[in-house]
Amino acid sequence: MSTPAIPSLPTPNHRRLVGRLLLVVALSFGFGFALVPLYDAFCVVTGLNGKTAGAAKGIGIGGIQQQVAAAPSPIDKGRIVTVEFIGTVMPGLPWDMQPLISKLDLHPGELQQAMYRVHNRSDQPIVGQAIPSVSPGLAAQYFHKLDCFCFAQQTLAPGETKDLPLTFIVKPEIDRDIRTITLAYAFFKAADSKSATKRVATR
Amino acid sequence: MYTADTAAHHDHAHGAPRGIMRWLTSTNHKDIGTLYLWFSLFMFFFAGALAMLIRAELFQPGLQLFQPAVFNQLTTMHGLIMIFGAIMPSLVGFANWQVPLMIGASDMAFPRLNNWSFWLLPAAGLLLIATFFVPGGAIAGGWTMYPPLYIQGGVAYDMSILAIHILGISSIMGAINIIVTILNLRAPGMTLMKMPLFVWTWLITAFLLVAVMPVLACAITMLLTDRHFGTHFFDAAGGGDAVMFQHLFWFFGHPEVYIMILPAFGIVSTIIPTFARKPLFGYVSMVYAVASIAFLSFIVWAHHMFTTGMPVGGQLFFMYTTMLIAIPTGVKVFNWVATLWRGSITFETPMLFALAFVFLFTIGGFSGLVLSLVPVDIQLQDTYYVVAHFHYVLFSGSAMAIMGGIYYWLPKWTGHMYDETLGKIHFWLTAIAFNITFFPMHFLGLAGMPRRIPDYALQFADFNMISSLGGFLLGASQLLFLYTVIKCVRGGAPAGNKPWDGADTLEWTQTSPPPYHSFVTPPQIKLVRGRSHANAR
Ligand code: HEM
Ligand SMILES: [Cu+2]
Repeated sequence: MSTPAIPSLPTPNHRRLVGRLLLVVALSFGFGFALVPLYDAFCVVTGLNGKTAGAAKGIGIGGIQQQVAAAPSPIDKGRIVTVEFIGTVMPGLPWDMQPLISKLDLHPGELQQAMYRVHNRSDQPIVGQAIPSVSPGLAAQYFHKLDCFCFAQQTLAPGETKDLPLTFIVKPEIDRDIRTITLAYAFFKAADSKSATKRVATR
Repeated sequence: MYTADTAAHHDHAHGAPRGIMRWLTSTNHKDIGTLYLWFSLFMFFFAGALAMLIRAELFQPGLQLFQPAVFNQLTTMHGLIMIFGAIMPSLVGFANWQVPLMIGASDMAFPRLNNWSFWLLPAAGLLLIATFFVPGGAIAGGWTMYPPLYIQGGVAYDMSILAIHILGISSIMGAINIIVTILNLRAPGMTLMKMPLFVWTWLITAFLLVAVMPVLACAITMLLTDRHFGTHFFDAAGGGDAVMFQHLFWFFGHPEVYIMILPAFGIVSTIIPTFARKPLFGYVSMVYAVASIAFLSFIVWAHHMFTTGMPVGGQLFFMYTTMLIAIPTGVKVFNWVATLWRGSITFETPMLFALAFVFLFTIGGFSGLVLSLVPVDIQLQDTYYVVAHFHYVLFSGSAMAIMGGIYYWLPKWTGHMYDETLGKIHFWLTAIAFNITFFPMHFLGLAGMPRRIPDYALQFADFNMISSLGGFLLGASQLLFLYTVIKCVRGGAPAGNKPWDGADTLEWTQTSPPPYHSFVTPPQIKLVRGRSHANAR
């Protein structure tokens, strides 16, 4: 381009400044990713995001049972908490899912059981994984599942219908303000159908 | 195309190469500023057209024109394009034109980088607009791009992620350029505290951009890998968490709203002293107010997430920090009013826009304050009250300050006076139509009308019709703006070096239009009053 010569600018310290600014850019890009583990750690410590202990941390049934056994809670007959059950099947999984009872009134500390009926609409064996979520989020740490179909992947043969159980206790330490707890499951397609076929075959 | 257009109108510029190549290869800050401004004007009209379609659908209850899926595309793309395509580029256009002129530099620090920053924009803009024509249509999950919807959509979602990456890179390059220019290329004698306030606001805005655009880039990269590469950052199937996206997004998003308003503060702080013929009241406190707003903007993000199930402690923290922002904001409004106090005020078009800004932005600030109250926000979140709030701060805030700034500097940029009568008509139409459109939305929101819906309950019908009528008038008025700008670019009374007798920043020491290469030798700041309006006249 034919532009008249621009008088030389005081360029020497440009490079250092740009270097520093690029460092800021890199740091804040890294900060964004660093937030992911930080966020998870924060949620595990505070139990804020409605993830129940068993599924979120991947602790097996044994771990939970020990915990419960260590601290047996008395049943609080003085109040009633309603637990609502919801189930959703995520896109890509040709299943139907429905709780057998949509809600349950219980006393905190009581051992309770609930059931979800799932049905595989396809002609393929499929493995699914249920992910629970409790709201309000603060109730999650008092919602203890002794056993749950979400602790393991579930395999359904073509056209199969199955009732999947879950056993749980709402701990009596739960805040008195919380009178209704919603337990929501989202069922996702888990593995490729090859391993599913194998699992159905060996059953 | 706007480039051919402007090329035709800028024949008078000295020493500029001619033809389309001038615009493609230009490294001149004035050319690039012009390109930014035309680009943003085009995008403003495109996104404005989408808004007309939105208001047409909401004119009556029921589904008249669009299916809900299409309606959601309209609202999403309207918001995304207005923010990333209209407001942000136009403010960068102002920075390109004005920052070198106001600090006595001959150009931006990295002219070639500057050319790249601009020419990335049309690519991203085309990509965004093209999403309307791909299978599945444009993105429809809202401009905030929340998963899981954003993870489930079609190819338009990938295109928009790419477009936003490009826009982000462009913004970061532009911001680095602006910071280096301001910190390294000031004329001898112009200390930081002598800089015009517009330059200060852009310096701080550029730092915000450098700090938060990468966080957005990071968040949308995670969306992309969740979509295609089997990661589960936000996908609950793999233990991810959709709420985490909201944290990442708003950690970017709240500073982003200040990125859009701080340079507007700078423009208004330049216009008001000029037409009040008084130095800006409280220059130093203005600088500190801008800096503290920028700082606070990093610790308030979760006021957008009060309904995601935060513990009370978190709600209180974000409520109090959000309310704290009202203090430096109040300082600014106070200083603007104090500048007017006992000034000898005249009401040219730029001043009308600046005064309307002060009044209407304050209303927007107050509705923001209402929304910062957790118990109130739990009622109002995702209602039209929020829509009213952010249009008061973004349209009557950012956009009207930008329009005022255009009228203010057009004589300098083109060498011609704009048509004052048309400018005033444009102002009154805009100000009145704006309020007809958006004021009723406060009531709609208080009465419970949710945002982002194509149909609504019957009791909202009257106010929606008013709002739509105002919206159509507001849209039509902007055609007058386009006409007035083009008319001024083509000709008009010669502006002279300094058409505004109260102005005292450096650009007014140059001819109108300024020579293609201005300040080839740096000005002496002791002679010209460098510190914007800070010295009494
Ligand atoms: C005193 C200053 C302000 C306060 C206290 C404030 C407060 C808030 C709050 C609490 C919300 C969340 C509402 C909800 O979703 O329930 C909100 C939303 C919003 N604010 Fe502000 N705000 C202020 C200034 C601004 C400014 C200056 C801008 C932009 C220039 C802005 C742009 C927005 C936008 C775009 C949204 C909506 C985001 C969305 O959900 O799409 N605000 N504001
Ligand atoms: Cu905010």
